[in-house]
Amino acid sequence: MSDLARILKKGLMASVICAPLAMATNASAEQRPFGLGDIATAEQVAGWDIDVRPDGLGAPIGTGNAFDGEEVYADRCASCHGDFGEAVDNWPVLVGGEGTLASHDPVKTTGSYWPYASTMYDYIYRAMPFGEAQSLTHDETYQIVAYLLYMNDIIDDEFEVNQDNIGTIEMPNRDGFMLPDPRPDAQPISGLACMKDCDVPTNVIGRARDIDVTPEEES
Amino acid sequence: MTVKDKQSLSLTRRSLLGGAAALSTASVLKSAGASEANPDNLPPNVPEWTPYLGAGVDANPYGMPSEFESHVVRRNVEWLTASTESSVNFTPLHELDGFVTPNGLCFERHHGGVPEVNPTDYRLMINGLVDRELIFTLDDLRRFPQTNRFYFLECAANGGMEWRGAQLNGCQFTFGMVHNVQYTGVRLSDICREVGVKPNAKWVLAEGSDSAGMNRSIPMEKILDDCMVAYAMNGEALRPEQGYPARLVVPGWEGNMWVKWLRRLEFGDMPYMAREETSKYTDLMKDGKARMFTWVMDAKSVVTSPCPEKALMSKGTQTLKGLAWSGRGKITRVDVSLDGGRNWQISELHGPVLDKSLTRFTLPFNWNGEEMLIQSRAIDETGYVQPTIQQLQAERGLSSVYHNNSIATWMVNKDGSVDNVRLG
Repeated sequence: MSDLARILKKGLMASVICAPLAMATNASAEQRPFGLGDIATAEQVAGWDIDVRPDGLGAPIGTGNAFDGEEVYADRCASCHGDFGEAVDNWPVLVGGEGTLASHDPVKTTGSYWPYASTMYDYIYRAMPFGEAQSLTHDETYQIVAYLLYMNDIIDDEFEVNQDNIGTIEMPNRDGFMLPDPRPDAQPISGLACMKDCDVPTNVIGRARDIDVTPEEES
Repeated sequence: MTVKDKQSLSLTRRSLLGGAAALSTASVLKSAGASEANPDNLPPNVPEWTPYLGAGVDANPYGMPSEFESHVVRRNVEWLTASTESSVNFTPLHELDGFVTPNGLCFERHHGGVPEVNPTDYRLMINGLVDRELIFTLDDLRRFPQTNRFYFLECAANGGMEWRGAQLNGCQFTFGMVHNVQYTGVRLSDICREVGVKPNAKWVLAEGSDSAGMNRSIPMEKILDDCMVAYAMNGEALRPEQGYPARLVVPGWEGNMWVKWLRRLEFGDMPYMAREETSKYTDLMKDGKARMFTWVMDAKSVVTSPCPEKALMSKGTQTLKGLAWSGRGKITRVDVSLDGGRNWQISELHGPVLDKSLTRFTLPFNWNGEEMLIQSRAIDETGYVQPTIQQLQAERGLSSVYHNNSIATWMVNKDGSVDNVRLG
């Protein structure tokens, strides 16, 4: 039900944007350039179209708050990410890190780094829990998103995250990204590569051998 | 502060220190294949393999390398990641010649393991801002007009551990997240014609059917320019670990976008801001702001012999070998320095020199037993010059992780062994 509703919403937005072109749809195979493939039904698309965009497009109907999310998180997430998002072993840290991005040891978490709450929904639903992809209900996913937002001091514990506001939640690092790509960068001032008697440092200041973290070859 | 502290990449510091503790012994890689010769097999004697019949044609229906090449394998760094299913291994570039990577040696990077996709049940769905939402079978894809192209694929994190210093003592571990194969498949532009892309479609979300549901946004111009859906590599079906039965090919752009086990392409009017293009594959600068959508892999090169795994065994005539590539086009020149970048010579390029493909270079040199600091520097057809790490750090700081295409230094010691070193 909710999947279909979501797809109808997507389709509605598409048709509003491009109403003049809507008549060209669903040409039969013979009328297409190569005549390959089958028309995808709304039901087929609904089953696979799971992405959620920053503007909330694609967000399935559902709701969740941090209070309920704590239990879901403890059950489905904490074994890798820690009870408070602090992470176990090498698994990703999910909470904290504010003010560290310009430091020598930046901590990139959903709170300190992720620019959109929609990405949390999109990723958690499609890929988490690790090894149990697409097994959470929509409500459970909203609950986990809400719990992480709450733990990062972005919402309070009663705030209901749902399909209508997932695209409007303001993330702290929303403006932390730069576009477009400024490369190519780091080029020689002359534009040309020096070939002879170049002024470069040639003292050995570090050896990987001394760091000693390279795996040994198996015998 | 210890050397390890100073040089560790902070984002993986915990894992680095954990790894350092676990590996207490010296980690210099042995040079493989240096077994003692058996005099009984040498002239004037008749070698042991000559008098008798060898294996018949039914012994190896799918041929494998000689058992004497069993050391030529992909390798991983256990402490880098939390699990092998979301991890990476590395191409043994130092063991390869030419510019084609054998299928079984192409590095792997998965985020949820390698799914076993039954080709009969494979479907590619196209939806969103198109005139017709269509589903293609693998047979449908094979019936489209075909294109065959060599392209390199490089992970944006290739060399990422080396941002702050020389860390891993191997060509394989510092440069091995790249491979180069010939892809066979369908042009995305043909698929676009078949579905009828609406004028307001500016972005395509590519999505995999693996447990990570890998998804990335790709701008429409790139899709129409040279992207492909590939179903074969080097003449045979894609390997499972490379996306069997079909993957996206995004020439010259970071490997994460080349979605494997491709199940869906959605056309939209804005980027989707997936996890892999926001929290990952963005480049943190000195001021705490991050570059986003840094797709192109800039020109890069590496000397594959000598290197830490390929020591010099004797004085005299040597052949230096290496690989160069650029996401912006063809390689036009590769320079080699034997004195740490003070003086450079132009190497020989071995054709065909192809657009966005690995290119082999060689340079003869003589080793008299003295220390050398070997570097290579690629230049592409746009005039881009492969930078030093100092140039990159000055521009981007120390926390970028991705897109380290800087010049590496291999130090040849007096005993012929070779070290990955940092100059300063």
